Amino acid sequence: MRWRSLIPVLVVVGLTGLVLTACGGGSKKSSGSTTSSSSSAGASGGTFIAVANKAPSGSPDPQIDYTLQEWQLLIFSHDGLVAFKRAGGTEGTKLVPDLATSVPKPTDGGKTYTFTLRKGIKFSDGKELKASDVKYTFERLFKIKQSPNAGSWYNVIVGGDACVKAPDTCNLDQGVIVDDKKGTVTFHLTRGDPEFLDKIAVPFAFILPTGTPNKEVQIPPAGTGPYKWVEYNPNKELKLVRNTYFKEWSKDAQPEGKPDVILEKLNISVEGEVTQVENGTADWMFDLPPADRLNEMSTKYADQVYVNPLTAVLYFAFNVRIPPFNNLKARQAVNYATDRNALVKIYGGPKLGVPTCQVLPPNFPGYKPYCPYTKNPGSGKWTGPDMAKAQKLVAESGTKGAVVKVNTDTTDVNKAFGEYFIGLLNKLGYKAQPQFLSADIQYPFCQNSKNKIQFCNSSWYQDYPAASDFLNVLLGCSSYIPNSNASPNIAEFCDPTIQHKMNAALQKGITDPSAANDMWAEVDKEVTDQAPWVAMMNPKYVNFVSKRVKGFIFSPQWYFLIDQASVK
Amino acid sequence: MAVFEPEAEGIILDAEETGGDVVGRSPWALAGRRLVRNKLAMGAGVLFLAIVAVSLAAPLYAHRVAHTDPFEPNLSGTFQLNGKTVQVIQQGGGKLGLGETPVGPTWHSKYLIGADQLGRDVMARVLYGGRASLFIGFGSALLACTLALVLALVAGYFGGTVDLVLSRLMDLIWAFPLYLFAISLATVLLARPTNKPLKIGFVTLNARSLWIPLLIIGLVYVPYVYRPIRGQVLSLREKEFVEAALAQGAGSFRLVFREILPNVISTVIVLLPLMIATTILTEAALSYLSIGVQSPQASWGTIIQDGQALLYSRPWVAILPGIFIVLTVLALNVFGDGLRDALDPRSKVRVK
Repeated sequence: MRWRSLIPVLVVVGLTGLVLTACGGGSKKSSGSTTSSSSSAGASGGTFIAVANKAPSGSPDPQIDYTLQEWQLLIFSHDGLVAFKRAGGTEGTKLVPDLATSVPKPTDGGKTYTFTLRKGIKFSDGKELKASDVKYTFERLFKIKQSPNAGSWYNVIVGGDACVKAPDTCNLDQGVIVDDKKGTVTFHLTRGDPEFLDKIAVPFAFILPTGTPNKEVQIPPAGTGPYKWVEYNPNKELKLVRNTYFKEWSKDAQPEGKPDVILEKLNISVEGEVTQVENGTADWMFDLPPADRLNEMSTKYADQVYVNPLTAVLYFAFNVRIPPFNNLKARQAVNYATDRNALVKIYGGPKLGVPTCQVLPPNFPGYKPYCPYTKNPGSGKWTGPDMAKAQKLVAESGTKGAVVKVNTDTTDVNKAFGEYFIGLLNKLGYKAQPQFLSADIQYPFCQNSKNKIQFCNSSWYQDYPAASDFLNVLLGCSSYIPNSNASPNIAEFCDPTIQHKMNAALQKGITDPSAANDMWAEVDKEVTDQAPWVAMMNPKYVNFVSKRVKGFIFSPQWYFLIDQASVK
Repeated sequence: MAVFEPEAEGIILDAEETGGDVVGRSPWALAGRRLVRNKLAMGAGVLFLAIVAVSLAAPLYAHRVAHTDPFEPNLSGTFQLNGKTVQVIQQGGGKLGLGETPVGPTWHSKYLIGADQLGRDVMARVLYGGRASLFIGFGSALLACTLALVLALVAGYFGGTVDLVLSRLMDLIWAFPLYLFAISLATVLLARPTNKPLKIGFVTLNARSLWIPLLIIGLVYVPYVYRPIRGQVLSLREKEFVEAALAQGAGSFRLVFREILPNVISTVIVLLPLMIATTILTEAALSYLSIGVQSPQASWGTIIQDGQALLYSRPWVAILPGIFIVLTVLALNVFGDGLRDALDPRSKVRVK
């Protein structure tokens, strides 16, 4: 997913591996201070006040919204059948049973999953959770028509494709078999999907009560978590209070929350967010602190700052179908010439970003360090640009003198990235021009092949810990959708040999996730050699909390676990 | 916005102008004499010329004084200050070492006012930015005034359907929110693919061209100048000297260019500096919104935007171009007022 904006990712058919092996969000003490995960501590009660610059973009409906900002709140108001463990570090990438009593092993070649629901769980409106609510939820996912991944993630359920074509008459009688008496739910899939459990652990698949309108709602409806939504005003604030029907059934999946009320105040400038947290009038800022306040935070408020590595990558995508970057040597030349340390400086310095050359981020399934585009390659780490090699490759490519439009958005850091690359491309002999667009339109603009972008800035943050969520979503053939604003393969990269290997890795993931990850590592290497991107860095996240916040936990999946922080 | 306000009071001329000395002097000489005697206006004019001069000297400053390329990022660079090696971009301090801060004002030839986020010399960029801002401001004001003059002469003189069509067209442009219109135009132009650059006649404009903001700003301001001039032309068309020329058999061309134009040109000249001030402000606003001058080129507006991210730690990056804008606009407005008093004492142009 992307950071804040709604991402209409109509992607991928068949993602990969049940990959929760060697992954992790990274949770370690960095030099001098605070990175993450202290254990849950502090008393219950009080109001946790978050501040944010804007409301989550798009719809408040949990089956439509695709933003980290709302997902961070939805995880403690709603539940799926399974959940990512509510913990920091590597533990936070593990799937645990949530509304279901256990995480099932798939049968029938990975095509059938059977769950048994826990008994006695109630929604925040007092209704008891039934197996039929699960079927209702998945039918609603299609019926509301706007769920961004309905046609790419959930159409694998038998009947799903028909629901995509005719949402109003969606019927999953064959795909989701429920028994209210026994409390069982059986999913039948059209093919083995190693990531099915990951997909039902995210908010699109959180269970809603039967009778929830089959149209977009303006406030998240009743859920089963420890909180319920009582206000969703995108111009003012979001508010959640305790769900009095909630009784903790699994500390791992859905622990009792600490604050009595969770409030997110909106429309506050980012500078204002920092000041409010410093003053203690707010407990946490959602947005990244502005660059010119970092030094102050680092010196005066170091104990309130948590820096955590993200499973994310910032990159510039070449358009591999049009000149000059339809030439492999030209793409490799820019990769060799890029001073990734300079880009890290723009982002906020080495404490906030780590240079990279490859697609997969560190501590992620399938990640093996690999960086050919550096001086002294071999260690897998980027050590410095190789300008001589870059210039040689440009000369060999015969692309010198070509006009290149550098596309980025106009936010401070991204604009500075764009300016850096304009300078670099000019140095390499290209005629670089800026194409700096408003952040509201830049990403869809870049995705649409009609616009013939040449070199576009983007970023990707994991949906769930699986290599295909990067490699297949961003560089798979089916992710390139010509003339669409929802074509996440911005590079328009489609290599049949590599795609064949991706498909094989996806298939392998059903039976042997570990072997599948080795295959993904090979895919990552081969993609990197083809240089469809300049991968710049893996970012880190700066969380700034007030003095009274105790028990900060950073989950690699959901980031700061707000409800587990104490403000008493 | 510049508008005309008729002056109800009579004009008081000094003794010299009412006496015999003025006999035989052309109106232009008289206006020049009045302008020279207006010390405030002359001071403002000198200030404006000084800003133009230092902006024109930007390459000299960058290459001979600061020894820097103000368009080239210098993120890993160092320089010597008082015998010490100083990093242009310095890592944050404290326990965490977060953030990267560009060097602040050194008050020496290198990085006099400090560096921006990409390690570029701010003073050099502000001077270069002045060249772009002044070029666009002057060019777009000239374009707006010239187009408005031609259209107003045609509409005012021919009247009827021609006037109706042109005036409604101007109303349409005027009715459109200025910045929204400019933003839409700029976005469309900037988003063009490389293989479809904007072509006007034989001229191909790329995204970096200063002509794009110049044309956008010039076009959106045409109605602002058109209206008062058209009113004047309508009025002049009914004057006796025009009727006399018509009676003598003068054609439309002669009537427009020999009889009416000389009588409205002073209004345009009075409007010009005020329009330059307005268009400089508009350019700064558009560039601040990233749709005017495009990086890595600089204008005062883009530098303010660059400085916004550093407002807390390096405020001079935003303040210095702001000072240049204030001084330039102030100088042009005061000089424009003086020019109005000198050239067109029967009416007033006020900036509201």
